[in-house]
Parts: sequence; structure tokens; C-alpha cells
Amino acid sequence: MSPEPLIHATGLRKQFGDFTAVDGIDFNVQPGEAFGFLGPNGAGKSSTMRMIGCTSPISGGTLRLFGLDPATHGRDIRRRLGVVPQLDSLDQELTVEENLIIYGRYFDLSRAEARRRAVELLDFVQLTDRAKSRVEPLSGGMKRRVTIARSLINEPDLLLLDEPTTGLDPQARHILWDRLYRLKQQGVTLVLTTHYMDEAEQLCDRLVVMDAGRIVAEGSPRQLIEQHATREVLELRFPAGTNADNEAYALGIGDRHEVLPDRILVYAHNGDEALAKAIGAGAKPESALVRRSTLEDVFLRLTGRTLVE
Amino acid sequence: MSTPAPLRILEWNVAVYRRVWRSSLLTSFLQPILYLLAMGLGVGALVNRNTGSGHILGGVSYIAFVAPGLLATTAMMVGAIESLWPVYDALKWGRQYEAMSATPLEPGDIVAAHALWMLFRTGIAAATVAAVMALFPDVRSLGLIAAVPAAMLSGIAFAMPLGAWAITRDREMSFPLIQRFVIVPLFLFGGAFFPLSQLPLLIRYIGYSTPLWHGVQLCRSLTNGTSLSALAALGHIGYLVIWALAGGLLMRRFAKRRLFA
Ligand SMILES: Nc1ncnc2c1ncn2[C@@H]1O[C@H](COP(=O)(O)OP(=O)(O)OP(=O)(O)O)[C@@H](O)[C@H]1O
Ligand SMILES: [Mg+2]
Repeated sequence: MSPEPLIHATGLRKQFGDFTAVDGIDFNVQPGEAFGFLGPNGAGKSSTMRMIGCTSPISGGTLRLFGLDPATHGRDIRRRLGVVPQLDSLDQELTVEENLIIYGRYFDLSRAEARRRAVELLDFVQLTDRAKSRVEPLSGGMKRRVTIARSLINEPDLLLLDEPTTGLDPQARHILWDRLYRLKQQGVTLVLTTHYMDEAEQLCDRLVVMDAGRIVAEGSPRQLIEQHATREVLELRFPAGTNADNEAYALGIGDRHEVLPDRILVYAHNGDEALAKAIGAGAKPESALVRRSTLEDVFLRLTGRTLVE
Repeated sequence: MSTPAPLRILEWNVAVYRRVWRSSLLTSFLQPILYLLAMGLGVGALVNRNTGSGHILGGVSYIAFVAPGLLATTAMMVGAIESLWPVYDALKWGRQYEAMSATPLEPGDIVAAHALWMLFRTGIAAATVAAVMALFPDVRSLGLIAAVPAAMLSGIAFAMPLGAWAITRDREMSFPLIQRFVIVPLFLFGGAFFPLSQLPLLIRYIGYSTPLWHGVQLCRSLTNGTSLSALAALGHIGYLVIWALAGGLLMRRFAKRRLFA
């Protein structure tokens, strides 16, 4: 018996006028879990997150958080949530510290308590030395960390992160991942959306792949890769414009293949073996690369499209 | 005892205002001084020379007629301007309203906080004008103290409906137009500079229907101690309260639609 899910959604829908942004999705999130929504632009990730965050009424289906209905208990639920929105909503004119304290006051913390937690949280996101500086001049990664610190001010039972690292450089992303991983270890339930396969693989115990408002696959990153991809992938690059002529070399050397504008992917259990076969057959790629398959390959398999164009 | 939610939101307004109030204070003193010198003493010298004008103005000098109107018009300007761009800013650019929506705060809390903040801002503005007025012997009176809340009421009678408008907007193109074609004409034709009885009937009734005219009447009678029947006073106050309340209710409805879409 698994414990009562923190989030329980069945047939969840979101409609904007005639347009269906979320088209009947089912999912459960268990306490302590890190759960991800992976999908391209417009898949309906943010729309789903806003319904979970109780700032967007559902158009159909059922949604329960902590066993409560957002339609009737929105305020009680929001009290227990931490939200990191897709676009930063920090007050740029105020200091980092002021942003946290004022936000804490929205949760009815006493000023002293808000101040105490702000100090602690800024230490956690390694921004203690920036406490007194205005938000506006901070780097994108620092602002994201301030937003995460702010979202934790009410000691939430559930943290919602909408594209926490989009637009950040690799170093900034790794700092964020490290902090989020720590939260997860402390037992905070994380729900996040992302475009990035590596992010989903790093952080999520379980994820759903969304496309055009629907869930097209669900499982752990490992499971999804096993089910929808092979162990390895061979990437062959041929001179521009000759992919179609060279497709024949990809036939029969692996389980299956995909022709992309800039390369041919061959899905195979053993990539080096597949490469040897292709070369043996006379293929002359400009470059060849064998790598482990990722969620990117899963997504390509499921939708026929790459995730980040 | 926890602090009511709208007051906790005001801590945000105050934190932002603390950074800018000094720069705005000088202009808010300078403007009424210039107006009262130009209108009261400059134009006033001409007006007072005209026999019969005293009767039309209600038996006071021109500066005593004009100055109280400035209380109401200033509050109107502050209430209007502070409810257009800053509301839009908190909605679209700064996203502070979005941040609030993710907390236990409700649209009603956000709108109540806006109303309180507008009372504060129009109060500061009106008190500044009153302080300047006290420098002019013809308008110096204890009634000025009572006229300040009347001006605040005139201010939020504009602030709340315009805040309701701003929170529905996707662009701010209409804001300068509102300023140019609503606020400035009211400033000129709302009864602050001359009695509306001078004007053709149609324009006169348009003037009477605006909140500003009622605010000007209240401020003028309180400052000058001219008689105003209890019924008329209640009428003016009630009319302003209706605009503020209706605007506030609309703003709450629109805020809910916008922030919880
Ligand atoms: N308030 C709204 N009114 C109308 N349409 C909307 C609204 N919000 C979102 N949509 C539409 O719903 C669809 C899903 O949007 P959503 O923001 O949920 O996608 P997303 O997966 O978060 O995309 P991204 O990766 O770009 O953030 C999009 O086509 C979007 O244009
Ligand atoms: Mg999104």
C-alpha cells in the first residue's frame, strides 16, 4: 500500500476558450518524490503547474492536493506550497532580503520569524553576501536562487518548480541542481517541469512526457529509456544534404534509426558494433559518435520530434 | 494577533516607496506653490477687480475659491496616475501580483491593500497642498484639516475604477489617453477654477456627474467655512463613496479573473 498521494489528478483538463491546453491527464505524486513534467514549448506544462498551484481553476477532471479540492480550499493548499514560477516575479527594486521577508509576511509569518528564515535560506542558496543588494543587477542564476529561497520561506510540503534552470549557463544550472538535490534529500516533495532531458534525469524519480496537452509516457528515467530507446545510440554525420543518400547504411545495423536534418541516429544495443558494420558496408561519415541514449531519444521516439529545436 | 492581510501587503508598498519618496516630495510642494501664485495672485488680481465676481465665487477672493479645488484635483491626479501604471506594472512587468497570488492572499486582499495605499498616497499629496495653502492668509483655516480626508475620498473615487481598468489591460496604450482626455479635462472643467454655473447646460451636467466636482465642493466648503447643507454634504460624500466602492468591487472581480485564470 502506498501512502495517500500528495497530488492526485484524473482526467485533468485546462481550456482557454476553445483551445485545450491540457487534455485529460492522470498522475499521482507521492510524498518525498521528485516528479517531472517533460515536454516541448506549449505542451501544457505551465498550465498544469498553475492548476496544481491553485492559481488556475481546472476546466475538467479532478485534482486533489493533500486530499483537498483547490476549488474550495485554494487558500489552505497555497499555504503549504512553495512556487517557483517560470518567469521570475521578484521585486527588482528591493533587496534580496526584503524580497524574502515581504513574501514571508504574505504567509503571515511574524517579521522576526520571516527575517530568521530569510537568513537561513540565503545561506542555503549561498547568497548570504548578497542579502543587502538589490535584485535587479543579480545574474539570472542568482535570481533563480533567490526565487527558490523565497519559495521555501513558508517551509512548504510541496515545491513546484516551473523550468527552474531554463536560460542559465551550465555552471549556474549545476549549482541549482545541487541545491534541489539537497532539498529532495531533506524529504521535500518536488514537482518540476523542464525542457531538458539531463535535468529530468538528474532530478526526477519519476516523470511524465507531455506533448500537446497529453501524457505520452510515464516512468522513471531509466524505465523510459529502456522501454522507448536502446542502450546506446550511434550518431552519424554525413556531408550536408546527403543524409537521404546515406540512409541505406543505417538499415539493419541497429534496432531502428531516425534521420534528422543534421545527422542520422542509429539505435543499437552496442553502438561500436553498429558503427563497425556501417563502415564495413562502405559508409564514409564525416564524424561518428557513440553515446548512451537519453530521454531526448525517448521523446524523439514518442513524438517524432526533437525536444529543443 | 496576526496582522490583517491587506496591511501585510502594504509593507511591500512601503518598502518600494521608501526608495522614492524624497524625490517626489519636492515636486509635490513646488507644484501647488506655483499654482497658487499664478492662479491665486496672478489671475486672482484680475478676477477680484471685476465687480460681481465676488458674488459668483460665493463671497470669497479668487485665491480662496481656487485653492481648495487644488486639494481635490491633486488627489484625483495622484489617485489616477498611481492606479494606472503601477497596477499595470505589478501585473505585467514586475509580476508582484502573480507572486502574491501564489500565497494564501486572495484578490480581495490585493484590492483592499491598493485602496489603503491610495488613501495613504492621496493623503500625503493633499496634506502637502494643505500645508502650502496655509502659507496664504486668504485660505489659511482650520477647515483645511477636515478638507484633507475629503480630498482623499475624491482621490480613491478615481483610483479604484481606474485600478479596475488597469488590471484588465494587456497594453498600457490607453493610459496616456485617459490622462489627456479624462483627467486633464476634469482638472480644468471640474469646478476647481470657476463655478460650473458659468458653462452651457450640457457641459455643466457632465461636470456635476463626475466625482471631481463633488470632491471640489466638499473641499471648498470645508476650507472656506461656507455653508453646505447636511444633505448636500452627505450627497457629495455618498457619491464619492459609491464610485470608490463600485470601482473596488470591479477591481476585485477583474483581479480574480486576471490572476486566477
Ligand atoms: N492564459 C492563456 N490564455 C490562452 N492560451 C493560453 C494561456 N496560457 C497558456 N495558453 C496556451 O496553452 C498552451 C500551453 O501553454 P503552457 O504555458 O502550459 O505550455 P508550456 O508547456 O509551459 O510551454 P513552455 O515550455 O513554452 O513554457 C500554449 O499553446 C499556450 O499558448
Ligand atoms: Mg511553461
